[in-house]
Amino acid sequence: MSDFINDFWNIYVVVLVIASLLFCAFIILSNRASRPKGGVVELHGHQWDETLAEWNNPLPRWWVWLFWMTIAFAIVYLIAYPGLGRFGGQLNWTSANAYEREVAAADAKVAPLFERYAQMDIKLIAADPEARAMGERLFLNNCAQCHGTDARGSRGFPNLTDSDWLYGGDPETIKASITDGRNAMMPAFSSMIDGEQLRDVVHYVRSLSGLTVDSMRQQRGKAVFAANCAACHGAEAHGNPVMGAPSLADSTWLYGSTEAIITQTVSRGRNGHMPAHGDLLGDDKIRLVTAYVWGLSNNATGAH
Amino acid sequence: MKTAAMGSAQATYDYRVVRQFALMTVVWGIVGMLVGVVIAAQLVWPELNYGEWFHFGRLRPLHTNAVIFAFGGCALMATSFFVVQRTCHTRLFAPWLAEFVFWGWQLVIVLAAITLPMGYTQGKEYAELEWPIDILIAVVWVAYAVVFFGTIAKRKTTHIYVANWFYGAFIITVALLHIVNSAAIPAGFMKSYSAYAGVQDAMVQWWYGHNAVGFFLTAGFLGMMYYFVPKQAERPVYSYRLSVVHFWALIFTYMWAGPHHLHYTALPDWTQSVGMVFSLILLAPSWGGMINGIMTLSGAWHKLRTDPILKFLITSLSFYGMSTFEGPMMSIKTVNALSHYTDWTIGHVHSGALGWVAMISIGSIYYLIPRLFGQEKMHSVPAISIHFWMSTLGVVLYIASMWIAGVMQGMMWRAINDDGTLTYTFVESVKSSYPFWFIRFVGGALFLSGMFVMAWNVWKTIAGQKPYNAPVLAPAAAHA
Repeated sequence: MSDFINDFWNIYVVVLVIASLLFCAFIILSNRASRPKGGVVELHGHQWDETLAEWNNPLPRWWVWLFWMTIAFAIVYLIAYPGLGRFGGQLNWTSANAYEREVAAADAKVAPLFERYAQMDIKLIAADPEARAMGERLFLNNCAQCHGTDARGSRGFPNLTDSDWLYGGDPETIKASITDGRNAMMPAFSSMIDGEQLRDVVHYVRSLSGLTVDSMRQQRGKAVFAANCAACHGAEAHGNPVMGAPSLADSTWLYGSTEAIITQTVSRGRNGHMPAHGDLLGDDKIRLVTAYVWGLSNNATGAH
Repeated sequence: MKTAAMGSAQATYDYRVVRQFALMTVVWGIVGMLVGVVIAAQLVWPELNYGEWFHFGRLRPLHTNAVIFAFGGCALMATSFFVVQRTCHTRLFAPWLAEFVFWGWQLVIVLAAITLPMGYTQGKEYAELEWPIDILIAVVWVAYAVVFFGTIAKRKTTHIYVANWFYGAFIITVALLHIVNSAAIPAGFMKSYSAYAGVQDAMVQWWYGHNAVGFFLTAGFLGMMYYFVPKQAERPVYSYRLSVVHFWALIFTYMWAGPHHLHYTALPDWTQSVGMVFSLILLAPSWGGMINGIMTLSGAWHKLRTDPILKFLITSLSFYGMSTFEGPMMSIKTVNALSHYTDWTIGHVHSGALGWVAMISIGSIYYLIPRLFGQEKMHSVPAISIHFWMSTLGVVLYIASMWIAGVMQGMMWRAINDDGTLTYTFVESVKSSYPFWFIRFVGGALFLSGMFVMAWNVWKTIAGQKPYNAPVLAPAAAHA
């Protein structure tokens, strides 16, 4: 795709660049002068503010050569590389194709390392120390930004080292989460549940994991839960891994378990977003990351 | 002080506005560099970031604006108003307008100091100030141009002295740069959106940004160099020819160099290439100024041993030569791939800003202050010497630490394991930078301390002295 909307701008750039180079040459050539015979340099003849005057020294020769060299470099460079408007340069170099070449070269270099594991069972990969180390490095480059260098996550980002899984913790499901990403959707209930009902259901939810609650509110909240929340989280609140609805009956809390935070979660909803890495990493690398992540909670180091 | 040989005995140069700007140069130098030392400390000790008004993100633009436009701007205005009168052998054109320039410029600085920490910004580097202040800058700048070129127009000499070419190019170009880059659609009293979109906006910004370096921080200070170096050395300028060639080549070529700030971005490849080759061509024109300044000293090198003002001036030219070599090298795309976004850039900027801009300003102000108050020399010449060594050591610590930190960061960010993964996380490069950030803080603090020595020396020189306006001199016979 051309960078120019019409020929005028193309010609404008070409003419201006060449004219600028010619101007530099002109300014040097028009001020040529050699050292006068006998080597005596005169003053230029004007005087300002009592003492200010100028010698008529010629341009230092080494400096003129330096100037010419940079101009020559510019000409050579603009013949070889893009610069003169639409003229792409003799080398056909573009930053886009340079990037593609470098990525392809890097991929070709590292591909054999990953291919060794392409057919291996993920649980066996997890038992291979070398593969685990590669998986860990991929994790640190691509996953640690959200899940942390120790993979323990933080608020809103799941801990990957416990055995609690939103979508399931078997290797195939983990691989699918990495490849295609996940979009968790807890709807905002503010228009359906508010006031006393909201407080009641929050107390009920807290009671499920044994947190201290007002028992009256807990009693009343149970009905609110059954009417609004059980569809996704289940009647027993054990969650539903198919849609990533978390269990509310354990002690794992993605966003926090205080009354204030749960109130916010219920009334405003939550949107958990795990980006898809399929195009970014490719299947071979994803298998190693999967093995590393699965191994974090499955003692796959071979010791057991 | 010299007495007027000819002309009216009553006519004196207008030194009032020169005095005002010269003294404010020292004041704003201390303020701007103090903010610099504060943000350097905030990088080493993050707990020094307090609230929204006193954290790095808002104080950093305050630092850059204060040192460039308050300290550098006052130095340029003080010296240009002095030089243009003395080399044109005439009083200022419209001295009342010069007074407006002084107060208007101080108002701009104060408004910057208030609005930047409050978070008002256009988000353009070195052009952060919001549109009402931008309009004030434009008005003040046009007034500055009227006074300067008005004085040139009523000169008593046939030829215009070289220092005035550079001051003139600086004044015209900065007006152009400021007005084009600050073009914006106001969306409220202190909110606006740039008139340009996307990559065009980025290109206009760096066309402005690099020419702010080229014309505000280079051409203007070369004007200063062309007056104060030959004056202090008491020697003629080395080469008239060289000044012609490097003047035209410099002002012509700088205009092209902006794209090197946008290597490997969405900027089209042709623009990046053109920016790079003209940045390389800039090497010779830049060195032309350094050669002309340093060679002016030929036959008078011994003066460097005893004259600390000359030390400031000549050392500044050495730093100018060094950073104008470094700049073209960093504009080469493959070098830039390593240096960009690292502390190397910060080091490069400060070898220019502290080594060149600040040191030539300090030397020139030391020349000016006694002459503006009817004195022969500064109160304490040894104190100037102390200031010189504090400044030099400060700059060296600053740029050496930033070189090491910058190259280290660049190497860490590109280090790759055999399996193609990055060897280091970003935070590891931050952790490794701490010792160098501490050395930078020490270097900056040393440079700032030197400014306090200067403030004391200036105070002792002018305390109890009456302002002095030298009589207007008749031009030399050749000009009459």
